[in-house]
Amino acid sequence: MTTVDSNTTAPEPVVDPNAVSVTINGKVVAARKGEMIIAAADRTDDFIPRFCYHPRMEPVGMCRQCLVEVVGPRGPMMVVSCMTPVAEGQVVNTETEGVKKAQEGVLELLLANHPLDCPVCDKGGECPLQDQAFSHGPGESRFVEEKRHYEKPIAISDNVYLDRERCILCDRCTRFADEVAGDALISFTSRGNNTQVMTFPDEPFSSYFSGNTVQICPVGALTAKPYRFKARPWDIEHVESTCTTCSVGCRTVVQSSRDELVRYQGVDSQPVNWGWLCDKGRFNFESINSKDRLLTPLIKDASGNLSATSWSVAIDSAARMLRTALTVSPQSVAIIGGARGTNEDAFAWAQLANALGVDSRDSQLADGLPPQVFSLPQATIADIDTAKTIILLAPDLKEELPVLYLRVRHAAEKRTGRVVEVSPRATGLAGKAWKKVHVEPGKTAAALRALATDAAFMAQVASGSVVVIVGRMNLAESEESVVHALAEVLHLAPQATVLPVLRRGNVRGSITAGLTPRNGGKSTAEILEAASAGKIECLVLLGADPLSDVPDADLARRGLSGARNIIAIDTFITQSSATADIVLPAAAYGEKEGTTTNLEGRISNVAQSITPVGTSRPDWMIAVELGTATLHELGFTSYGEVHAAMISRVSEFAPAADTHAVEHDGVIIAHPSPITLTRADGASNERNSYDYRAVVSRKLYDKAIGTAKSPSLVSLAPSAAVIVNPLDVPRIGAQVGESVRVTSQRATLVLSLQESVDVLRGTAWLPINLGGSDVRELLDVSKDVIDLKIEKMS
Amino acid sequence: MSRLNEANIKTALEIIARYPRPKSALIPLLHLAQEQNGYVTNEAMVHLGELVGVTSAEVYGTATFYEMFRFEPVGKYLVNICGTMSCALMGAGDLMHHAEQKLGVKAGGTTADGMFTLAHAECQAACTEAPTLQVNYRFRYKVTNGDFDTLIDDLKNGKLADEIPAHGVVARIRQRIPADRGVGAVAPELVTENPAWMDGKAAL
Amino acid sequence: MTTAIKYPHAAGFVAGDRPKIVTSRFEHADSYTIERFLATGGYAGLRKALGRAATDVHEEVKSATVLGRGGAGFPAGTKWGLTPQQVFPKYLVVNGDESEPGTYKDRLLMERDPHQLIEGCLIACYAAGLSQCFLYIRGEMALAQERVATALNEAYAAGYVGKNILGSKFSVDIVLHWGAGAYVVGEETALIESLEGNRGMPRLKPPFFPAANGLYGQPTIVNNVETLANLPWLMVNGSEAYTAIGTKTSPGTRMVAVSGHVKNPGVFEIINGTTTFRDLLYGAEFCGGIRNDNELKAFVPGGGSAPWFTADQLDLPFEASQVGPAGSMLGSGAIMVMDSTTDIPAAALTLTHFYAHESCGKCTPCREGGTWLERILTRIVEGTGTEADLQQILEVGAMICPGDFPHASNEKLGLAAVPFPYKMTTICFVGPSAFAPLHSAITLFRSEFEARLVKRISIPVTAVSTPPTVWA
Repeated sequence: MTTVDSNTTAPEPVVDPNAVSVTINGKVVAARKGEMIIAAADRTDDFIPRFCYHPRMEPVGMCRQCLVEVVGPRGPMMVVSCMTPVAEGQVVNTETEGVKKAQEGVLELLLANHPLDCPVCDKGGECPLQDQAFSHGPGESRFVEEKRHYEKPIAISDNVYLDRERCILCDRCTRFADEVAGDALISFTSRGNNTQVMTFPDEPFSSYFSGNTVQICPVGALTAKPYRFKARPWDIEHVESTCTTCSVGCRTVVQSSRDELVRYQGVDSQPVNWGWLCDKGRFNFESINSKDRLLTPLIKDASGNLSATSWSVAIDSAARMLRTALTVSPQSVAIIGGARGTNEDAFAWAQLANALGVDSRDSQLADGLPPQVFSLPQATIADIDTAKTIILLAPDLKEELPVLYLRVRHAAEKRTGRVVEVSPRATGLAGKAWKKVHVEPGKTAAALRALATDAAFMAQVASGSVVVIVGRMNLAESEESVVHALAEVLHLAPQATVLPVLRRGNVRGSITAGLTPRNGGKSTAEILEAASAGKIECLVLLGADPLSDVPDADLARRGLSGARNIIAIDTFITQSSATADIVLPAAAYGEKEGTTTNLEGRISNVAQSITPVGTSRPDWMIAVELGTATLHELGFTSYGEVHAAMISRVSEFAPAADTHAVEHDGVIIAHPSPITLTRADGASNERNSYDYRAVVSRKLYDKAIGTAKSPSLVSLAPSAAVIVNPLDVPRIGAQVGESVRVTSQRATLVLSLQESVDVLRGTAWLPINLGGSDVRELLDVSKDVIDLKIEKMS
Repeated sequence: MSRLNEANIKTALEIIARYPRPKSALIPLLHLAQEQNGYVTNEAMVHLGELVGVTSAEVYGTATFYEMFRFEPVGKYLVNICGTMSCALMGAGDLMHHAEQKLGVKAGGTTADGMFTLAHAECQAACTEAPTLQVNYRFRYKVTNGDFDTLIDDLKNGKLADEIPAHGVVARIRQRIPADRGVGAVAPELVTENPAWMDGKAAL
Repeated sequence: MTTAIKYPHAAGFVAGDRPKIVTSRFEHADSYTIERFLATGGYAGLRKALGRAATDVHEEVKSATVLGRGGAGFPAGTKWGLTPQQVFPKYLVVNGDESEPGTYKDRLLMERDPHQLIEGCLIACYAAGLSQCFLYIRGEMALAQERVATALNEAYAAGYVGKNILGSKFSVDIVLHWGAGAYVVGEETALIESLEGNRGMPRLKPPFFPAANGLYGQPTIVNNVETLANLPWLMVNGSEAYTAIGTKTSPGTRMVAVSGHVKNPGVFEIINGTTTFRDLLYGAEFCGGIRNDNELKAFVPGGGSAPWFTADQLDLPFEASQVGPAGSMLGSGAIMVMDSTTDIPAAALTLTHFYAHESCGKCTPCREGGTWLERILTRIVEGTGTEADLQQILEVGAMICPGDFPHASNEKLGLAAVPFPYKMTTICFVGPSAFAPLHSAITLFRSEFEARLVKRISIPVTAVSTPPTVWA
């Protein structure tokens, strides 16, 4: 079934403004038309105090703290600088007696009802209200009355606490929730002096982005459970880094206290994340502090149990396993993984593989895209801001790449570009889409081909730049089908640039570094198939957990049990590393330095903040040691050397020589000359006798280790279910919430039946990697599409 | 069951259709919910959010801004005594004191039998008739203590049932736009030209 | 039984022997019915308007200088001309959220002559090219809502509203909308927010001048009920007849409610610009003097937000250009009279309480300052305030309104008038209004406040201070 519905009502995109010049406190400042005075003033040394103003949100003029004087025809006028646009020749004064008095007045009023519990407030020491009371306040309060009282604090979600007594009603959190995140689950309630921020009764602020409200709260009204009472700001060590939870690569500040991670904060990086983080990326530092982390190498003892050993024994044993396997044939050695580490980790492992002659290495887990997508004309994240058309041929960005979702949502919301959603189900962006092409799995390329006759669509893509965001929107559909669909899109919009969205942290960096099949080497699916056939003597799992992540449970199981020896490099005992013969403990994020590459190919640094736990080591170091032990010196023995070697040997990484850029907004990798995709007729993918075509994708919170080992996140993961269109529920005959039998040609599972209008009729959506029955049992990566039978339990 | 009932859903959809954007209907719809249940229930707010396409928190944010919406049951008769300047000058304070005595509750309270909720109100736009009060938004002018007693007794005895509906109902007559007469609401972005009559010529 | 007559047909309205533009039908008990309306020249103004080009009608209204009756007094015709030419659609929002303390006129017009208002709306939409009209009635006005709903239903059925009005190419819907109790919604940008289904919090002007960026971001005209009620008469009789009444700068008539300590409080349609406050308070055809022939102490000349006047200003005419420089404003045509028996601090408290209570909570100075003022003033009224409290009121007020505060001249006190308006740190006038009446009360009657203060024995600071503790 294909539905194509068009919302032709979205107005034309807005045009960019021009330059103007204003005078602020006697200094001439260059500004852009439409810019507010406060933004222009921020480029001078003169600070205008503010609470409600936030450069990434629409101004509201609510707190009145940023009052300044603008010289007008009738003398100086008092205006709020956050809502007064600059004008050519405008004269602004921010430090006159009148301004000082007004600002002091507003501050005194803001403090009137603010409790003085700063000593026990998380914000104390880094609080804009404290700081600005100091710099712009009257110095004393004349308010002697009883302050407002509310119950404090109240949990408005699993991770966010609200103290309404501290709140100064600046509208930042509520604006963020509505305007930026699109989750208007908190609102001002009541009126006047009783105004409070609240959720709807019994409906928590369950937004994937709730942590941002804590970060932008200018007082301690919103605090985050994972950080509450953990540290004082003056005891915290800060390093700027890049989040590698997914491949968006948000810039962060990693904060630690007493050699333990305590908090991540978003950094406003114009090309990437504008200061925002998703809650998963923000709070999963807890997993790094987890008590379950691997502290020492483990080796399988005589009784088949993993027990602790020394690094020298472990390395020697691993080297012996590798050498033995290599004597059989280099084809009998394979490496899966690498996307979890840094570019340097992947590079070192690729160098080791080269030295050993191992061609079967793959940092994708049979859930990605062919690396050739990196050779198409590439788009950057920032290109979304200026694109006239954004075509989504991608998984639900809100679930898989949340901060990229915010960027696309912003473009649609601000009407700078129109969004075309091509998907087997309505994603988080459906409500913002100008056009929705919802098409059942297996028919995407055909549906896109048909768009050639859609005049409105063709006029839209012809109207300017087009960015195609491409990824695996359905894990129950082959990667070839995505490539076919992409070829169709590029045929309709030949000028389009491509933003490949492989979701795993550093997957692009590790592919670029060489952890991808070469010289006819095998991919992950092929490695597992070969292992199953007894053809893999030694399998290295480099931070990979195929038993949890490969979307074909049977294949992963056969592969791991068929491999003669397994060496796992990991931070935890996972399903897969538990089956290994040797497990080497790896240093985690925040415990090592390096660089990472995000989905657009941006190289930026990850910083070391704490000492690696136990005896764990960075992956690159383990590669070097295994090299030495297998008599293959890799030519580097320190981080500096591996980094330098990487830049000189991998041409794509050459721009990373600009250390300053890498430590800030990052640099884009050097692209090879682009290729073009050939259109191909895909398989017709006709239905078998089963009624429902499977759509399998990920939710933000699942059983992945970073979530599972973070106490604040683990309970947020939903349970597995089969979700169908409400109109299909009667056909199944079972009630919503009831358990039903779901059968594919592979297996039969029992799953809870759920309904959603986001799901197309005749399809079934099965979020993967959740608690309960393992949806991956139903899947077969060798098939183009998976059809299902859903039956009421007898 | 305090979502809107079938009849009210129909009315709600009729009201929503009059506005270029559905959220505009929110306040009239909240009145409709209050009319149905005597106060605005959480379930009704969830329902209204679904009807106009906003979150429950947004409905709640709007609803709590306005004084007429109550989120807990109130008496069958809400007696609002105005206390703003003109009424205060003309003895509203004494009237409130008397009302508290008569009803045996303080301002803001509800009588034990659930008949009356007494409340302070702000200017009711009847200043020349001070002191004034409203019972379920029906006026009484130049109210003396004696008038107040009579009013309460009449309400108790059901003498005013025709004039004063139970709390929640404000206007008893609704606007109805006949399908063949209404122009219909259009989302603003779909309107791209001047109305037909703006052609420089007389319309008739 | 006093409660038997539910709605005396125009409670408070006093007809008098004066020209009537908007209250001509009030003498009829059935003035709100379409039958009476049609029998008394109803919809003739609309018919006349539709017989002319829209631009002509707009010109006619412009030349009549119909001043806005909601408070700001901006001419309606000029306001209509401020909308951008090439942006569509444009909307009309009728402000029937009358709630300024002392004001009582729009409710009468809606209850007593709803068709006249509908006709006015239609003429405005026709003249200014407005595609849809939203008639926003205050939530607490049950009868007005019922009368307007009935009138609209009648008018739709009779072909006066809706598609092809009177068989012409003019088509417009008038949608009855009603509020739910929030004074601030009377502010035009808050009214628009409320009409969009939001919390009625005012938007900052600029950038949100409704004429350019109003309802749904579209050009929007917000007109007061009384303003629009003038249009049918104007259409029938022409702008010359209209400007022949009143003065050049304030033509036509105005509805004024006089309440408080007068013998005959009432709502009057008066001749604009020439009628003086003395006429209104003492004239036999108006209020006939102060109750019990007491002395006049003070009066509010233009709604609760206005700084107060005393007997010194009685001879000012009802004319904005004279009332402003005298230190106050005409506002919404609401006069509240206080006689010599009035407890001034307590009277001021009712208004300070009102504005603190009605603050929307958006701007810090109003949200925090309003209640602060109320709390200090309550202490003073209750007899527990101090000299410092009285000073503190003025300082908190200055946080909302920095700079000179307008007030009237007062011969006895040797005060010179400071002209209206004031500087403010808030978006709208609710914040300053919490202070305006209080400031004029303190300026004019300081001794009454001082008489309430606690007289404390002043202890020299040094006598009670102890040497600072030195921490070991």
